[in-house]
Amino acid sequence: MDWNLLATRLFGAGHGIVADGDFLQGTAHFDGRPITVIGTTNHASIGVRLALAQARVVLDTLAQHPERPILLLVDTQGQQLRRRDELLGINRAMAHLGASIDLARRRGHRVIGLVYDQALSGGFITSGLIADACHALPEAEIRVMRIPAMARVTKLPEDMLAALSQSNPVFAPGVANYVAMGGVRSLWQGDLAAALREALAHSPREDLRAIDGAARGGRQLAAAVAQRVLDAA
Amino acid sequence: MISYAECSARERIAQLLDTGSFHEWLPPAERLTSPHLAQLGVPSSFDDGVAIGRATLGGLEVFVAAQEGAFMGGGVGEVHGAKLVGLLRRALRDRPAAVLLLAESGGVRLHEANAGLIAVSEVMRAVLDVRAAGVPVVVLIGGANGCFGGMGIVARCADHVVMSDVGRLAMSGPEVIEASHGVEEFDSRDRALVWRTTGGKHRWLTGDCDMLVEDDAAAFRDAAIDAIGASKPVTPATLEAEHALLSARLRDPLAEDGGDDAIALWTHLGIAGADRVPDLDVAAVRALRPA
Repeated sequence: MDWNLLATRLFGAGHGIVADGDFLQGTAHFDGRPITVIGTTNHASIGVRLALAQARVVLDTLAQHPERPILLLVDTQGQQLRRRDELLGINRAMAHLGASIDLARRRGHRVIGLVYDQALSGGFITSGLIADACHALPEAEIRVMRIPAMARVTKLPEDMLAALSQSNPVFAPGVANYVAMGGVRSLWQGDLAAALREALAHSPREDLRAIDGAARGGRQLAAAVAQRVLDAA
Repeated sequence: MISYAECSARERIAQLLDTGSFHEWLPPAERLTSPHLAQLGVPSSFDDGVAIGRATLGGLEVFVAAQEGAFMGGGVGEVHGAKLVGLLRRALRDRPAAVLLLAESGGVRLHEANAGLIAVSEVMRAVLDVRAAGVPVVVLIGGANGCFGGMGIVARCADHVVMSDVGRLAMSGPEVIEASHGVEEFDSRDRALVWRTTGGKHRWLTGDCDMLVEDDAAAFRDAAIDAIGASKPVTPATLEAEHALLSARLRDPLAEDGGDDAIALWTHLGIAGADRVPDLDVAAVRALRPA
């Protein structure tokens, strides 16, 4: 979905969110209260500059607006694959963005992620995946790698991967797979504002994704293995 | 001198921690393997590529995890990631003097990529939980496979990062960047270029690691002992300082021009004689970083 249409459906026509290149930001009003909106569009690749631009808004919200909720609108093709970004420490810039969102959560800001178009790997791990909860639109695509590319890299037959992906959600692209594994808390359909209202009111503050993944049958081991470590003699 | 790079994960644990003190949780005898690899017909490992447990370091109790680069490049799958998360949650409960993460990983294990991506996210949040509780998380990087992908982000979420000069810390590997944008963008076979871009000396000079050591297990042990007590809580002030530091790098004039040479960046950061860095030994490079 186009970000502007999404913002209009969530907040109305005067939503106050603006695009600067691939970067989205603004202060919208929801149920009469301000909410910080930060995001990317055009399947942005996240380099040092875009990671810092997002972190800046998080830090400003943290400093100036205690407990104001933050909505992260996710549309990214992943981290920027450039030597200059590696030289400048893209992993450090992304960690900085993640740590900024994490501190906002700890200081009482509700942080909700919404994958409204596309989410991949490095661009996703320090945005939607570090929110209190990440949600998605049903038409969104979430992946690390498509099956043909995965077949090349792993040297496994593409046919076999495609067949197995019907029953095992752990490697194939697809938003439903991420819901089954607990990485995406829910799909937002129909009344998007009602979905946001529900997310702001009821998102967990603990990381429940492994427990959700087990309950939904998509990630059977993660929660149990972590618990075994806690219980080990 | 024992090369840390050439050690296996368990050899590193044996070399770094007090002799005989390591007590492993979910050891290979429990045969906890990845069902996803088995389903794909790919050989699995009885520890899924990571050893975890408690030990003592200089007499203090620490928790430790060591990733095995020889198994799937240290890639994080569902079980591997859950072992790390379990260790970190246990640290939150039991409050050891520190958590040591002997990282060697290409990031997410592609054979179970979705589960691996979520797992790395869970590790990242768990690291930040432990850090917020005041238990220092210390990441040690010196394995042949480096520390890449999501684990490169996790490393920078820790309190303290130790690297050797042969260690590498980054996000995307040079081969991935070359495949995406061509050999002109990043020649992955140019070893000197790879090290200037991702290696321990570069990360030390930019402050991306907190200690630079020789490729020597004893040096890693000494650095780990020094790092106990190096808790660095995340606060709005520390994040503002980090933001200013990273923003200043973007003002590097050569980098803005599309040039991205490491030597120019080091010079911009105030390193004297930056052009000599590749030829200097670890002790000499350590002395170059402005206080």
